[in-house]
Amino acid sequence: MALIKAKNISKDYQTEDVVVHALQEVNFEIEPASFVSFVGPSGSGKTTILNIIGCLDKPSAGELMVADTEVALLGRKESASFRGKHLGFIFQDFNLIPVLTVYENIEYPLIMVQNIEPAERRERISRMLVSVGMKDQGDKYPQQISGGQKQRVAVARALVTHPALVLADEPTANLDSQTAYAVIGLMKKMRDDFGTTFIFSTHDTKIVGEAEVIFRLEDGKLKAKEIKGGIKQ
Amino acid sequence: MKNIFKIAVRNLIRYKRRTLLTASLITIGVVFVLVFVSVTGSFKSIMIGEVTDSMLGHLQVHRKGYVASIDSLPLNLNMKPKAYAKMAETLKSSPDVEAFSPRLKFGGMFSNFTETTSIRINGIYPDREFQTVPLLTSRISEGKKTISRGEIMIPLLLARGLKIKIGDAVVVVATNVDGSVNGKQFIVSGILESATGPGGRDGYVHIEDAAEVLRMTELEVSEVAVRLKDFNHLHPVMQQLEGKIAAELNKEGKPLFEVHSWEQLSPFFNIAKMIDVMTFFIKIMLIAIVLISIMNVMIMAVFERIREIGTIAAIGTLPGKIRSMFIIEGLCLGVVGTVIGDIIGGIIILIINLTGIRYNFGRQELLLHADILPADVLTISIIVIIVAVAASLQPAIKASKMEPIEALRHV
Repeated sequence: MALIKAKNISKDYQTEDVVVHALQEVNFEIEPASFVSFVGPSGSGKTTILNIIGCLDKPSAGELMVADTEVALLGRKESASFRGKHLGFIFQDFNLIPVLTVYENIEYPLIMVQNIEPAERRERISRMLVSVGMKDQGDKYPQQISGGQKQRVAVARALVTHPALVLADEPTANLDSQTAYAVIGLMKKMRDDFGTTFIFSTHDTKIVGEAEVIFRLEDGKLKAKEIKGGIKQ
Repeated sequence: MKNIFKIAVRNLIRYKRRTLLTASLITIGVVFVLVFVSVTGSFKSIMIGEVTDSMLGHLQVHRKGYVASIDSLPLNLNMKPKAYAKMAETLKSSPDVEAFSPRLKFGGMFSNFTETTSIRINGIYPDREFQTVPLLTSRISEGKKTISRGEIMIPLLLARGLKIKIGDAVVVVATNVDGSVNGKQFIVSGILESATGPGGRDGYVHIEDAAEVLRMTELEVSEVAVRLKDFNHLHPVMQQLEGKIAAELNKEGKPLFEVHSWEQLSPFFNIAKMIDVMTFFIKIMLIAIVLISIMNVMIMAVFERIREIGTIAAIGTLPGKIRSMFIIEGLCLGVVGTVIGDIIGGIIILIINLTGIRYNFGRQELLLHADILPADVLTISIIVIIVAVAASLQPAIKASKMEPIEALRHV
């Protein structure tokens, strides 16, 4: 059964003079534990689709089921709860909380969002720190670690709540290519270890090759779905 | 909650200079208010003490209508012996009354045989008067601390003006109630410094001498000064007394007595009220300082952390928790500023008391004893902290209502 089902999703933005059609009747399905990428040039609608899947934005038309929930119908609070329970986010700029240590950044959603017991919290964080290779960096603050390490922490923070789905908008845009590959490799490993679905957007053609399912967007339209080993229109 | 506090405190530490400046502003405001309240409060209580304990008493009871014509000291509005006896019974039976002193007052002429001037004579029972207004003795700058029959205590004003010394003979002449004039010679036994208010021409004689000057066959009483056991219960006791004496009616069926507190009898009460008004406005200024400074800081904090707000909202933090984070930041600023302010304020008050600042009140030199009640410190602190929280509300609500997608786009 598909984790995400999008049916005729459209998104329009009203600017001062014109209506911008960011997405136009997009249809797709994503299976659990898949490693998916939305690719396309700037303005093609990658971020918009990720925002809609992540309940940060609502479609202008169409239906979107995420983890058996019609997310377009959720209110503000319900959206927040849904995100906290089912989704993880990795941002282009890492977006770690600067006043918290690496450990505390990973701990944040467990305390502030999911209210997990201290013992389980410690266990999960330790496991995550080991998984992302930051075992000895827990006491450092974000400003004391490199960009690649920050993104590792962001991956750990996204996964520590055991979400069904992790959304990553241009997760490698601010990283050098070696670190970018390392981060994508880490995400893939996490998918393998935890069975979490990863969806990331990128315009980096080399990074795209790492995805197992690729959705190509252009001018807000889904032009192609590629599965490693073949192309499906 | 612990984690919200942790994040709030770390965010405050993150902007050290700004936090320090804002907390300092609150501290300065709190210090200023505490010192002002303690100094003016102690000034007020010393002044009230001087007025009540050396002159007026806490309460006064008169025959109905006497106070309306008090400037002329009307002899026809004195309490008759029977009426006074009833009043004395009522006062004796009241558990809140510590002491009371009947006075026979009249206006007269005062002469040293070469010069003459006007005087207000207070006929008193010395022991009862000194129990009722214990600071009266402290106003006696020269001579005996009591009065015997045939003696008079005169105000410094007259002693200087008429060049009278202790032991000199003087004459008091007064018109009695039927219009005839009588005089009596007295020996000056004491010289009184004046307290504030209408005390500059008040002399004291024994009440029986006063009755003799006025040729009274039966001792009448112009007023009864009352001292309470607890000055803080002034108004409830006054109400009780009013209730008790309301039953005493004259032949026309109208109330026989009237009760007045010192507030109704002394013009100093207006000064005390002015001090209260000034204190109130100083407190308003403090509230304004806290409100503006914290609101300014919190608006800045929200503006600077829009992307962070977007991040925590995207992660799934509920709006209520985002709101709490900013409110607690304001709360922490308020608490830190207030606690430091309380400590510094306390130290300054201590220094004022150790320094021993003296000032003149009337002709008396008083020692300023700055004092503030713990309840006042607590009230001021709570007000500041509540205002700090209130000032954080608007920015906090703004932060909690931010759409995560827009906040994340913020550059």
